Amino acid sequence: MKLNFEHHQTAHCENGVASNLLLNKGLKLSEPMIFGIGSGLFFVYLPFLKVNFAPGFSYRPMPGAIFSKAAKRLGIKIKRLKFSDPEEARKALEKNLENNIPTGLQVGVFNLTYFPEEYKFHFNAHNLVVYGKEDGKFLISDPVMDYTTTLTEAELEKVRYAKGALPPKGHMYYPTYIPEHVNLEDAIKKGINDTCKNMLAPVPIIGVKAMRWVAKSIPKWAAKKGTKTTNHYLGQLIRMQEEIGTGGGGFRFIYGAFLQEASVILKNDRLKELSEEITMIGDLWRDFAVDIARVYKNRNSKSDIYNQLSKTMLHIADLEETFYKKLKKAI
Amino acid sequence: MTEVLYVTDENNNYTTANSIGWEAKKAALEESLALINERIEEARQHVANQTASPIVYFMELNKMDLQVLAAYVGMWQWRVKRHGRPGIFKTLSESVLKKYADAFGISVDELRNFNGK
Repeated sequence: MKLNFEHHQTAHCENGVASNLLLNKGLKLSEPMIFGIGSGLFFVYLPFLKVNFAPGFSYRPMPGAIFSKAAKRLGIKIKRLKFSDPEEARKALEKNLENNIPTGLQVGVFNLTYFPEEYKFHFNAHNLVVYGKEDGKFLISDPVMDYTTTLTEAELEKVRYAKGALPPKGHMYYPTYIPEHVNLEDAIKKGINDTCKNMLAPVPIIGVKAMRWVAKSIPKWAAKKGTKTTNHYLGQLIRMQEEIGTGGGGFRFIYGAFLQEASVILKNDRLKELSEEITMIGDLWRDFAVDIARVYKNRNSKSDIYNQLSKTMLHIADLEETFYKKLKKAI
Repeated sequence: MTEVLYVTDENNNYTTANSIGWEAKKAALEESLALINERIEEARQHVANQTASPIVYFMELNKMDLQVLAAYVGMWQWRVKRHGRPGIFKTLSESVLKKYADAFGISVDELRNFNGK
């Protein structure tokens, strides 16, 4: 049983699943569009949460938030289900396939057999689509892969029931209603406003304030925790920024692509200018990552390095703050 | 495996490109893996010196921390920590050992007999 589903590779799994599922139902929205409308651009610092022995940093919001917000703003309904019993989860998925409904799943990547070894961490917020079952194997469209793959029943169960932080618990989702006419202009404006609100939030762990907090912490880590730990924390920061799923520069480039598309739809040239500005900022994040990588390579442990990195990140925070203020005014 | 990146072309317009990775990313990933390997080696030493039980080794080998392992075996973290002591490990029942073995994808015998050497 193989549903008529087009696999497209994207930079980010959640955007990719959303885009591919909507395309399957006749609504063509690019990955950057979904990302922008769903307010995917973000920054959060959770020093008290340890992931891989380093603090939690994220350049994007909670898993599921992008698709849910995008759907709400576009008038689309999504059905989401979780199951305590893996058997029930399997039956529900198969029933969907029988009813010609390709289905999105949240899974953990540790036991994802087709993933490269170096990416198999205990990360449980990955998304993929199941679009069929043949010879006892489920047909998988995983948007970060450049080809479709398969998983046996046992393999799929393992990843749908991965344990640890944010366990998927068999979570599956699919669009159930797409309106005849979608108000793209409104959705884009709402998405942009929400992003600006988040990034300019007066809360220390979110947005620009969080960036500054991290920047100021870098020399403190070096002084209190030593070079090795500091480098590990910085490594975590750039892995979150540049790892699979970000499209580069901590999603700033995807956002640039979104603003470019939005400027055409809203007939607003200012957005095209701002697209170039966020691209420049994305490039600075990239350079920052390169600087950090140099610290490992040279084993450069001069305390000055950490002060420099701190200054660079503070500068980027300033540029981002200016950017969001301009963006808010532009629409 | 190639991944998709968002890049600008010569007209400053966005397009996508496929990449097999770039320096900064690879460096960060390597650093992370190097740390994991260090932790595995340290755990192996502890088991060889009989200052930690095989559970600690296999936990590091599977890139798990206490929280993840405890979630997989369905026990409280303080219990899992306690099972990391060689003296306590010797007293564990077959059924408890099986939970760990299953979490690590190995047999109970492999778990029991691992001596770090």
